[in-house]
Amino acid sequence: MSLRRYIIRRILVSIPVLFGVSVITFGLVHLTPGDIVDLMIGQNPDLQPGEAERLRREFGLDQPVYVQYFDWITNALQGDLGPSFSQGPETSTLLVSRLPETIALGLFGWVFAMVIAIPGGIYAAIRRGRLGDDVSRFVALAGISIPNFWLGLMLIAIFAARFGWFPVLDPQTDLLSREMLWWLILPGIAVGTASSASLMRIMRTTMAEELNKEYVTAARAKGLPERTIILKHVLRNSLISVVTVAAFITAGIVSGSVVIEVVFGWPGLGQLLIDVIHMRDVNVIMAITLFVGVAIVIANLFADIVYALLDPRIRDDY
Amino acid sequence: MSTERGQIQIKGFHAETVEDREGLSEWTDEKDTEIPSRWVLIGRQLVRDRLALIGALFVAFMLFWALFSRPLSVMGTTIQPFEAVPYDPTRTGVGDRYESPSLAHPFGTDRLGRDLFSRVMYGTRFSVTIGIIVTAIAASFGVVYGGVSGYFGGRIDDVLMRIVDMVFAFPGLVLALVIVSMLGRGYWQLVAAFTLFGWAGYARLIRGEILKVKQNEYVLAAKALGARDRKVLFRHIVPNAIAPVIVQATLAIGGVVIGVAALGFLGVGFAPGTPEWGTILDAEKGTVVAAGDEWRWWATVFPGLMIFIFVMAMNMIGDAVNDALDAQNETNVDNMGPQG
Repeated sequence: MSLRRYIIRRILVSIPVLFGVSVITFGLVHLTPGDIVDLMIGQNPDLQPGEAERLRREFGLDQPVYVQYFDWITNALQGDLGPSFSQGPETSTLLVSRLPETIALGLFGWVFAMVIAIPGGIYAAIRRGRLGDDVSRFVALAGISIPNFWLGLMLIAIFAARFGWFPVLDPQTDLLSREMLWWLILPGIAVGTASSASLMRIMRTTMAEELNKEYVTAARAKGLPERTIILKHVLRNSLISVVTVAAFITAGIVSGSVVIEVVFGWPGLGQLLIDVIHMRDVNVIMAITLFVGVAIVIANLFADIVYALLDPRIRDDY
Repeated sequence: MSTERGQIQIKGFHAETVEDREGLSEWTDEKDTEIPSRWVLIGRQLVRDRLALIGALFVAFMLFWALFSRPLSVMGTTIQPFEAVPYDPTRTGVGDRYESPSLAHPFGTDRLGRDLFSRVMYGTRFSVTIGIIVTAIAASFGVVYGGVSGYFGGRIDDVLMRIVDMVFAFPGLVLALVIVSMLGRGYWQLVAAFTLFGWAGYARLIRGEILKVKQNEYVLAAKALGARDRKVLFRHIVPNAIAPVIVQATLAIGGVVIGVAALGFLGVGFAPGTPEWGTILDAEKGTVVAAGDEWRWWATVFPGLMIFIFVMAMNMIGDAVNDALDAQNETNVDNMGPQG
């Protein structure tokens, strides 16, 4: 199958998934027991119980569920995610203002994960069955097992509060400045650790698998230095495995940053989500959930296309 | 001839006659060279794995505290009267505010003078039991769902797997957050939050295995003998495809425990004051920013360490189960000799 046909097919398959993502988002909020208006009134003493009827009409809750869904999704497709009653501005404005913060944190987490995982995985694969491999296995297990929010708290307690090497509370500088790096390091480590550990295990397994292949024996027989074989031939083939798990890692980093943003007072989407969940601000809850789902579907699509570019065999399997 | 499905009746066969006849071959039944079943081999390997043993000891230790920390009563009747922790986990003022660890209070006391050792040990009850319940329900449903999808294939498989794709578009924690925000705080609300979508991973995993296993001749044989679909699937296919699901489930218990603690930490899991690990950390998180010598480390270190140790122990077991299963699978790279 040609690459173009593969890409088109892959995009077409994503459309029903995107539709399902929107249905799940809507259904979570509207089909779970508990009346939204009652919940809102319970959370906000300013709202009079008499206003319930007006609120119901305003949110269109007097309509059948499928009409409500249809209204919501057509507005969302035009970029109108409704008002946010707890945060002031329109939901879409809110999302746009918080998004860069989350992207910066997520990217830093990704980079941290790769920088640790790739050399760590190579090392473990080369030393397979020896002490270095066992140590790396233990470190990776610990990295997967440590709760990220507790890691964040400990990092703050030790490196920020006790040693004073890093600033503690919410970032006060512009997002694109050099000082920002100082603000990013601790939360970035907390976000990236778990992903780094699982990526390291994946790298080790693929590297070990590649090292067993015949082209490695051939390269060794040819007298190529081990360094060249590993860095130039084996590593390049093993990196494909990183692409295949990229979407999975991205999902991990997204859910990690929700918690870590709260720990570090980071003014991103994750913190916003927790704030609006406490306020039961349903428009914003739905908007963030939808955004996360769509972003991950697109990340998945992108990873599959890159994979097909790198490994032509995959196109035929589809 | 019997008309029952799946039965073949052979006529003209007399057991006595056959036994009286001289043996046609030298064949004898050798019990000692019999190859033990796959599960026996896996079990033997697991017992030999030191990491798994340490992990299992820790998990047993935690389960002990989950059961015996305070009396346990179900619907009014006390079924477990023992009380292994020294203080009531919710009673305030059993010590001073923020007493550092001592013999009387091994983990110190918190900001309301509650005994942290009692709170943390009792806290095992929440996270660990939710982890086990969620994993059991999610894995069972996932196996049935994925089993049906993989076995029947075709249109059914397409539809069922697209639904799994949709669930996979969300990180589990975000879904759990939204569900809990709608259902409210509480034990069973958290169980629902993690099971409602947690099955999808198991479904996808077992479907992949079933696609391989159903190619085997014994499946064809079972079908040819007229066995019903349900029997073929759950008696012949699923037991041979279940291994990776077991590994996944062992590893997932730790994940759920972290997820429950995270929701507690975010203040949406349990009511404030509940002796659950994440909720304790949420209440005490202010202590970490105190600079210099004033850091009351015990208030945050012990609850977090408990989560860490439990999840690590579960992952050590999972890793060892994985290795044991891999060793049974000859094509695995890790089994191809020391030099790779």
